[in-house]
Amino acid sequence: MKQILTLARLVTLEALRTRFFAVIIILLILGFGLSLFIGQITLIETVNYQSSVIAAFLRLSAIYVVSLFVITSMVHEFNNHSIYLWLSLPLQRSHYLIGKFSGFALVALVTSILFGIALLNYVPYMQVALWSLSLFCELLIITAVSLLCVLTFHQIVQAFSMVLGFYILARSIIAIQLMAQSSLLNSQSWIDQFINSLIELLAMLLPNLENFTQSGWLVYHIGNFNNLVEILLQTTIYTILLISMSLFDLYRKNL
Amino acid sequence: MNEQQRSVQNIPKIIIMLLILSLGGQIIWSYQLPPPNTKIQKLASPPQSGLLHIFSFGDTIVSAKLLMLWLQAFDIQTGQFLSYQQLDYNKLQQWLEQILLLDPNSQYPLLVASHLYSSVPNPEKQYLMLEFVYHQFFIDPSTRWPWLAHVTVVAKHKLKNLPLALKYAQAISANATPSMPRWAKEMQIFILEDMGELERARLIVGGMLASGQLTDPKEIKFLNEKLLALEKQIE
Repeated sequence: MKQILTLARLVTLEALRTRFFAVIIILLILGFGLSLFIGQITLIETVNYQSSVIAAFLRLSAIYVVSLFVITSMVHEFNNHSIYLWLSLPLQRSHYLIGKFSGFALVALVTSILFGIALLNYVPYMQVALWSLSLFCELLIITAVSLLCVLTFHQIVQAFSMVLGFYILARSIIAIQLMAQSSLLNSQSWIDQFINSLIELLAMLLPNLENFTQSGWLVYHIGNFNNLVEILLQTTIYTILLISMSLFDLYRKNL
Repeated sequence: MNEQQRSVQNIPKIIIMLLILSLGGQIIWSYQLPPPNTKIQKLASPPQSGLLHIFSFGDTIVSAKLLMLWLQAFDIQTGQFLSYQQLDYNKLQQWLEQILLLDPNSQYPLLVASHLYSSVPNPEKQYLMLEFVYHQFFIDPSTRWPWLAHVTVVAKHKLKNLPLALKYAQAISANATPSMPRWAKEMQIFILEDMGELERARLIVGGMLASGQLTDPKEIKFLNEKLLALEKQIE
């Protein structure tokens, strides 16, 4: 446990030393500027427009910076061979990975809290709390995916492209599934059936990120405890799955 | 981050020359470029709602809001203000419909249809916007009635089309909810009066009083007075 905590602390220190949180503050300033601009151009529902657009901007920014931080940090670890140093110590590979993941999770937690605070000006605090918690869950999944991709590819471009593809697909898989099931396209040819089955399979394997961090909570204040339970369960299951996959990969690596 | 930088004198002169020359070259290049294209873009048809859902990446509310802001700013192109007359109102109506499909709780598309785009000095285009608000009203009468009430006024006073105004006012009364104010439900009486249909107006007022649904004494008093005035006019 002590080893895990030490690794988590080192990741947090790395975030501070690489000025990760300076980027977060710059994003918050940009979000504030965006809210002023939207306030200028809207005729009615100004607060709704401000809260939804800023929330979308902050959510995408959080995904981008946290994922990039995880990937660059791990690539740096491979390049300066510090991973070899860690693994030469009496430290289990599982403890190494969980320690790293815990550190990244802490960085994700601080990011989601800071971004949530920025929305308190527009939205009731309960809905902001739900949104921030959901963003944290979304970031946990993205952190785990980023770890898995970087352990597999060891390169920033490949790993980040994979994470981006995963995120876009996980957020739009429901819409793709609905389009594929449309009665107008109800063809019986084998290629259509194959594509439909593939989409069904993808929908089964991907987390339903469409239900996470919804703008509707901020605009129409419709978020409730049931949403939270569903999100927490999905995050727990999927994060454990991704960590297991990463551990499987890490234990097989000849490091 | 505290690395000491070497003096500028350490940079070879050719590099500095190259820097100045390339900067000058870039400025000259931009200067000789033709002015930006001032051709006005036409409003295209919106994509299918399925595609819009996919490209919303699971957040249709944000897409609806961004699309609405884009559509609202469409009449300002390359620094010029286009008149609404230049906009294709059929396509505009399709865009507004798609935005409402993405975010059905938003009132913004109905506001711009009833207040902004209906101000165009073209009766056909005005009619398109009014009909758009009328059809959208039936999807959620309890929240969309203010926009239909507004287009009723537009039809009556701007288009001078009393039968059209009556159609809208009757739709409001037929789909009235307890949260609607009295004046919205009673608009049809005044329009019928303006049309000279005093007997129909009298029947409606009488029907409202006889229904027993009215509880506000002031409203009952007002309608009784209105009934008496109408009966006097008929005589």
